[in-house]
Amino acid sequence: MDQDSNPKRTGVTRRGLLAGSAATVALANAHALADPATPSPAPAPATVPVSLNVNGTKHSLKLDPRVTLLDALRERLGLTGTKKGCDHGQCGACTVHVNGTRINSCLSLAVMHEGDEITTIEGLGLPGNLHPMQAAFVKHDGFQCGYCTPGQICSSVAMLKEFDQGVPSNVTEDLENIVFSDEEVRERMSGNICRCAAYPNIVAAIREVHGGGVA
Amino acid sequence: MRAFTYERADSPQAAAQAVASHPEAKFIAGGTNLLDLMKLEVERPAHLVDVTRLDLKKVERTGDGGLRIGALVTNTAMASHPIVKRHYAVLSRAVMAGASGQLRNKATTGGNLLQRSRCPYFYDTSKPCNKRKPGTGCSAIGGFSRNLAILGISDACIAQHPSDMAVAMRLLDAKVETIMPDGGTRAIPIADFHREWGNTPNVENALRHGEFITAVTLPKPLGGTHVYRKVRDRASYAFATVSVAAVIGDGVQRFAFGGIASKPWRVEAAEKLSGADAIAKAVLAGARPTAQNRFKIPLTRRTLAATIEQAQA
Repeated sequence: MDQDSNPKRTGVTRRGLLAGSAATVALANAHALADPATPSPAPAPATVPVSLNVNGTKHSLKLDPRVTLLDALRERLGLTGTKKGCDHGQCGACTVHVNGTRINSCLSLAVMHEGDEITTIEGLGLPGNLHPMQAAFVKHDGFQCGYCTPGQICSSVAMLKEFDQGVPSNVTEDLENIVFSDEEVRERMSGNICRCAAYPNIVAAIREVHGGGVA
Repeated sequence: MRAFTYERADSPQAAAQAVASHPEAKFIAGGTNLLDLMKLEVERPAHLVDVTRLDLKKVERTGDGGLRIGALVTNTAMASHPIVKRHYAVLSRAVMAGASGQLRNKATTGGNLLQRSRCPYFYDTSKPCNKRKPGTGCSAIGGFSRNLAILGISDACIAQHPSDMAVAMRLLDAKVETIMPDGGTRAIPIADFHREWGNTPNVENALRHGEFITAVTLPKPLGGTHVYRKVRDRASYAFATVSVAAVIGDGVQRFAFGGIASKPWRVEAAEKLSGADAIAKAVLAGARPTAQNRFKIPLTRRTLAATIEQAQA
């Protein structure tokens, strides 16, 4: 299926209202920040065409090359399950899968992903058809505010795959015989911060999925 | 972020030519460090040359029993490679001691060598910094310098080199293979790749503008016991305060140090000595600590002692 980039939004949403108010504030501040000594920014460069396969759907976009994969997913494709936390690769809220591998979507340019297969939290599972990791997070109460959760879940699904592929970690004792443990899970998930500190329950959810639990 | 134009390179030489023909161009591969700095406008390239589609993702044995690691091999793929795990374990350990799973999946072998300093003043565009803006001064000297370097520094800059991977590569006597815009190639010994700051801390390595890293080669395996010991402010996902890479045994004794110098630090003459105290004294000769990072001298000695003990256990 080839879809155009703009998601359909109808009516007034909480999200739309928030975006609208933020724009108003930004406009008001623009006057205060204007400084005659500062050269005006260079004009935006020509857009670059890029094709992304997101959750099984091909999207053909034309993007300013500055647009990150995160912003393309959220602002152009309306996939707001992926969250923007720090926007500098430190918190992990923006974690998605690219060709099956977890990365920080905030630290990657969308135009560099021509033809890549991208999976977001929406592609892992939706209400009524949850991925086992999503079900395990619910069962074990692996969140409080929920903001880091999509990143935690995307990260943990790919992390278990890395474990099975023999990727070592900083706490691995024998590089050629890696043994699953809570310590391994904690080290491998250190790129995902949870400021509500739901860590014990996140580890419990991951442990259960690794052991084959939660259907 | 400053606006830039973008192109995808279709060969290593074409990539080198594309960057060489534009004074404000940069290569982009994993982008985990460059994009972070571009968002802060510490880096402001006007043109980016995307090299990620190039065929530089292989790890292969060399004719002399060593290993060639393509410049675009990710940090995860390198640390997980069976030959690296078995014969160059210190490299696997060092890579896994740095960053996070997500970052290691993006970060490349070539890019890791080129990552820039984590000095807080380099990141803060409201402060003078000779590395970011030559001639403006160093805010770190007399500022917050607790985690900065004590060796290889100058009155112009006391920034530390942030890489763990490069410390292990220095230990293993790696070579950095490059291609020039005219198609010429060279192999730079890693000891000569990174620099001491002197009066030009903005120049961080031996590469010329447009010169492009294609691979890193390792000599044949050393044998011995491999250890990478990293001391930092939290247990995971933090830069080194002090780190020690070591290979000990099979007639070999080698040490390289991270977190304390402008570049991965190794003093070959010190490796002929015995005992952590004597070795640390020789390694740290000429150290110029600030009042805030003087603790790195005893911490280096103790981390070295613990590393030797771990290797001999």
